[in-house]
Amino acid sequence: MTDRLKRFLESLLLLELFRGLWLTGKYFFKKKITVQFPEEKTPTSPRFRGLHALRRYSNGEERCIACKLCEVVCPALAITIESAPRTDGTRRTTKYEIDLFKCIYCGFCEESCPVDSIVETSEMHYHFEKRGEEIMTKEKLLAIGDKYESKIAAARAADAFYR
Amino acid sequence: MDTIMNLLWIALKILAIVLPLTISVAYLTLAERKVIAYMHSRIGPNRVGFLGLLQPFADVLKLLLKEMVIPSQSNRYLFLAAPVLVLAPALAAWAVIPFSKGLVLANINAGLLYIFMMSSLSVYGVLIAGWASNSKYAMLGALRAAAQTVSYEIAMGFAFVGVLLAAGSMNLQTIVLAQSGNILHWYFLPLLPLFFVYWISGVAETNRHPFDMVEGESEIVAGFHVEYAGAGFALFFLAEYANMILISAVASLLFLGGWLSPFEGIPLLENVFAFVPGLVWFVLKMGFFLFLYIWLRATFPRYRYDQVMRLGWKVLIPITLIWIVVVSFAVKFNIGPWFNQAGV
Ligand code: SF4
Ligand code: SF4
Repeated sequence: MTDRLKRFLESLLLLELFRGLWLTGKYFFKKKITVQFPEEKTPTSPRFRGLHALRRYSNGEERCIACKLCEVVCPALAITIESAPRTDGTRRTTKYEIDLFKCIYCGFCEESCPVDSIVETSEMHYHFEKRGEEIMTKEKLLAIGDKYESKIAAARAADAFYR
Repeated sequence: MDTIMNLLWIALKILAIVLPLTISVAYLTLAERKVIAYMHSRIGPNRVGFLGLLQPFADVLKLLLKEMVIPSQSNRYLFLAAPVLVLAPALAAWAVIPFSKGLVLANINAGLLYIFMMSSLSVYGVLIAGWASNSKYAMLGALRAAAQTVSYEIAMGFAFVGVLLAAGSMNLQTIVLAQSGNILHWYFLPLLPLFFVYWISGVAETNRHPFDMVEGESEIVAGFHVEYAGAGFALFFLAEYANMILISAVASLLFLGGWLSPFEGIPLLENVFAFVPGLVWFVLKMGFFLFLYIWLRATFPRYRYDQVMRLGWKVLIPITLIWIVVVSFAVKFNIGPWFNQAGV
């Protein structure tokens, strides 16, 4: 009985509603957590999985040995590789393509690669303007690798302890 | 010649009301986004112009440049007339609002009734919009609007009756002047329950959160204006916010003493603040209510539909009835401290 009376009075006097208003009222004056995007950025982890890249050794030789492990492991079947021996007798890819529309950015390719060749950079701001641009060819991937090599190497070094 | 001059003069006065009103609507949308953002620990729009102050104009421009789509199965004329039918009463109601002593377009004796009528008239526009769109969501939204407005109008009407009894007049100026004396004479104190009931039904009448059944994005997409784009949508938006401002204005007139200074009757402060024109107090009070509107929106989730109806019929109406009886007795037998002089 007293319980019901209490409940009745509580809802009649809008107590709960005032409590809610008080809470939002407090947040009105709290510090704001907005990150003003183009000027400020949220920090990214060294493990961030963004745009793909193919890396080279410091002497300029491409790392990829066309083992096709990444092609096999890719759950989205986004990687297409064709290989042939190069003039110096080493086994190299003649075609290495990643379809970024199929890719789910799982990072398995990176994990599977025995020579750390295919990696995912922390780059996330990119776009395509024409159909077909989403196919990352070997040249494009190597160019990305060249461009971001220092960042990629730093990220690998930061994470090396856990691998 | 005289009549023409008179008409021109009136048109000028109308412009002087409608123009600031439209600008306030524009900035109310910005204020709403800002305040809600602040309550979410965000900072809200701040890119267009200094501190985002040009954002409303960008929004309006965007809406006006958009294509106005008319559904092929709709009733063309009604579809196009509906936004106007919603907006017109929302603007027309402002004719009787006294902004300060004597500062009113039409000082009619039945001002309160007129406002009541106008604020309920706009639901016809909503109904027509919902019906003419020939879409199930719009239809549902319109039905909800009709049911909700009818239910809450009763509670609101009774709240008005309480004020009527206390002031003994339907003229808005007289009602405000009846509250003069000091801040304790304002009707929000003796009529506290009616004040709350009025405010709640006012929020419900304007279909604002937490009573936005009519739009109910998560249930019926956007309700009655789901088929509208561009200018038509902009008009609905304008009407909604104009109505919000109207309800706030009426709330401050009826319960917070309109343009009366809150320092009236306090010996020293009264003289200090004597230079502030009544209009400023009125706008400040309206601002308080508008902030409350936004605050409510930021705080409460939408009511379930049957709960809205329950609240209207089983809670608000009985409360108003009881309080009307109380007020009537107090007025009839001159019971103090508020009702001990005849007519006040
Ligand atoms: S990130 Fe995953 S989905 Fe994308 S290419 Fe690598 S393995 Fe395939
Ligand atoms: S990128 Fe790595 S895993 Fe893929 S084929 Fe080349 S070496 Fe093998």
